Amino acid sequence: MWSYIKLAVLGVVMILAGLAANYGRDLGYQIHALIFMAATAMTFIYTLRQAGEVVEKPKGYLDGPVRFGVIATAGWGVVGFLAGTFIAFQLAFPQLNFDFLQGYGNFGRLRPLHTSAVIFAFGGNALIASSFYVVQRTSAVRLWGGNLAWFVFWGYNLFIVLAATGYLLGITQSKEYAEPEWYIDIWLTVVWVAYLLVFLGTLMTRKEKHIYVANWFYLSFIVTIAMLHIVNNLAVPVSIFGSKSVQLFSGVQDAMTQWWYGHNAVGFFLTAGFLGMMYYFVPKQAERPVFSYKLSIIHFWALIFLYIWAGPHHLHYTALPDWASTLGMVFSIVLWMPSWGGMINGLMTLSGAWDKLRTDPVIRMMVISIGFYGMSTFEGPMMSIRAVNSLSHYTDWTIGHVHSGALGWNGMITFGVLYFLVPKLWHKERLYSLGLVSWHFWLATIGIVLYAASMWVTGIMEGLMWREVDSQGFLVNAFADTVAAKHPMYVVRALGGVLYLAGSLIMVYNLWMTVRRAPAIADASAMAPAE
Amino acid sequence: MSKKQDKTEVETTGHSWDGIEEYNNPLPRWWLWTFYLCIVWAIGYSIAYPAWPLVKGATTGLLGYSTRAEVAKDIQTFDEMNAAIDAELAAANVADILPNTPLGDYATNAGAAVFRANCSQCHGSGAAGNVGYPNLLDNDWLWGGSVDEIAYSIQHGIRNETDDARYSEMPRFGVDEILEPEQIDQVVEFVLQLSGSEFDAALATEGAVVFEENCAACHAEDGTGDRDFGAPNLADAIWLYGGDRETIHESVSEARFGVMPAWGQRLTQAEVNAAAVYVHTRGGGE
Repeated sequence: MWSYIKLAVLGVVMILAGLAANYGRDLGYQIHALIFMAATAMTFIYTLRQAGEVVEKPKGYLDGPVRFGVIATAGWGVVGFLAGTFIAFQLAFPQLNFDFLQGYGNFGRLRPLHTSAVIFAFGGNALIASSFYVVQRTSAVRLWGGNLAWFVFWGYNLFIVLAATGYLLGITQSKEYAEPEWYIDIWLTVVWVAYLLVFLGTLMTRKEKHIYVANWFYLSFIVTIAMLHIVNNLAVPVSIFGSKSVQLFSGVQDAMTQWWYGHNAVGFFLTAGFLGMMYYFVPKQAERPVFSYKLSIIHFWALIFLYIWAGPHHLHYTALPDWASTLGMVFSIVLWMPSWGGMINGLMTLSGAWDKLRTDPVIRMMVISIGFYGMSTFEGPMMSIRAVNSLSHYTDWTIGHVHSGALGWNGMITFGVLYFLVPKLWHKERLYSLGLVSWHFWLATIGIVLYAASMWVTGIMEGLMWREVDSQGFLVNAFADTVAAKHPMYVVRALGGVLYLAGSLIMVYNLWMTVRRAPAIADASAMAPAE
Repeated sequence: MSKKQDKTEVETTGHSWDGIEEYNNPLPRWWLWTFYLCIVWAIGYSIAYPAWPLVKGATTGLLGYSTRAEVAKDIQTFDEMNAAIDAELAAANVADILPNTPLGDYATNAGAAVFRANCSQCHGSGAAGNVGYPNLLDNDWLWGGSVDEIAYSIQHGIRNETDDARYSEMPRFGVDEILEPEQIDQVVEFVLQLSGSEFDAALATEGAVVFEENCAACHAEDGTGDRDFGAPNLADAIWLYGGDRETIHESVSEARFGVMPAWGQRLTQAEVNAAAVYVHTRGGGE
């Protein structure tokens, strides 16, 4: 019965998508409607083939979506790093904006492709997959909602495909990290609600008495992202058959909403969610208890209370009133210690196990990611100070800051998690090669150092050049002078990207060979007993 | 099931999730005190500076600080410092501003700053121009290279919507079918000949007639141009849009319509004069 309802719904959706493709007013919208129709058709055929089959009640953890998520994370990661490295070269050598790429592959089109690929495709898949893995283990129960977790995985990746193809076709609402247009936003909302249901349902049916700290962070991430996403994307479509929409807010209100969203995308997507990862995988890999339960409570509540106010520091010295800018700065600075609480808990968990740094490159990866987390959560509050920001704002320093966080913290912890998960999920004794993990570690680390150092240099240099006036008060440099001065450092930055990309390719090879070649162990999908 | 690991270690909370336990270590003192310190500082700072939104407006802070006032003060400092010489510059006849005088030095320096901020986007930060944007370093001038004429071009701009703008419009000989396609081919060869490039002699001979009948009125019979119309000299090797056969063909067929804003609407008289003096000193001034 249930499959027939599903088939009927899928059929209706398929027809609606077909209509949308037919009546679509712009090419991008039509292509998206066709992609959506194809995805629905595939689901329809799959459901049809399964219909009527007697399914045994599933036992054990539901790890299929996690396995797919791990593959998607690694794959999107490589795509995102490749796009980033290419646009870094485009900035250093503008000739790489080839004529035949105009309108599809020039810097302006590829830049959001890069940011969304790394944040939402790479980071998002890592968060979804790891949260599904962690919430089952720490609740000692199978994922709630039957196949809903599968819907979350495929639905989320359909969102990625729609967003990415949209950028190349020029569909964007021009809000940083919130570029997708209205219908893609609606689709993500549907998927995200399903994600929340799976996660909450699993927590509510848990067999453990208490909710583990990692799950607090995951849950705060899921709930807050839902709120941010909806408010920042309030818009009225120009036509139901067209991609363009008109924003609800305008002017400084729009800017404030955008950076309330933008900063908390960093705060809850890239910080809270990834802290959830850290709280499970670091103690697991180190085989040590978490350093302090008290600290985890205090820094969790402080972090989620304070982060949400910090957005205005993106709008110092703009049309935003001074009072809002002060509050953004003040909350950012108070946020420093709560952020470091996570770093302390991560690093101190290793006390008594520091010797593992010598023998286990996976732990080394996790430790350096926590190190970069600490560094960028110090740098962030510092840059939010108005006087510092007047120098750093609009310069490459910001880009360097973002990347020491993204490459160092988010990237490295995700690599560590992938190295942890792949042997577990494919029932292997160990990774194919720890030597290759070391190679990855060093290539990525040196890549980040090149990236961050070159961006500090260019950022501070161009900030100083922009504000330089002579004794009579006249500007000394033209904008183009600052661009020319940055060229050597742009090359260094791009080379850093090459190293980071090379490391990730080594990782993909290593993970692939782990699945193919590493020695297997007996089935380990049995649930851990509740304690 | 809480247990002591050994005498030096604190207890765990007693729970275990998938084998993970948690110590009940106290908050690190330095962490807690730094956190408190940040909070105290935050309260102090938000009293000193504008911070808390009220029903109408927001608290202004004890220091009376405002970012807008800060930048206004910066600007005012320099404005006051330069007020006298700025007035002198604005009132001066640009032709009378001589190099190596205090006013001339000031005008050149100020003009360079005006140029970097307003002109370099099109004319290049070194003023060497770009395709469609004249090189200001050479001796080739479209509308005149004396400092007066340069000042007029800056003040009123070129082919914009203001009444006093320098204006001229070349006919679109091909698009509007003023000339036959073969006539355009011919005149293009003639223009190539004029500028000393390689050309097809047979076509160019025909082209000379076409040129005299259609182009000479503005570009002059010998092709040296006419500054009254901003008509470029075609008899030299300097090209605004390009001197290859294809580009000249495009220029004849579709014409060009280069626009420059009337900067007098945006810059002060002193800034316009300064920019004129600066451009005039770049090497090609007459």
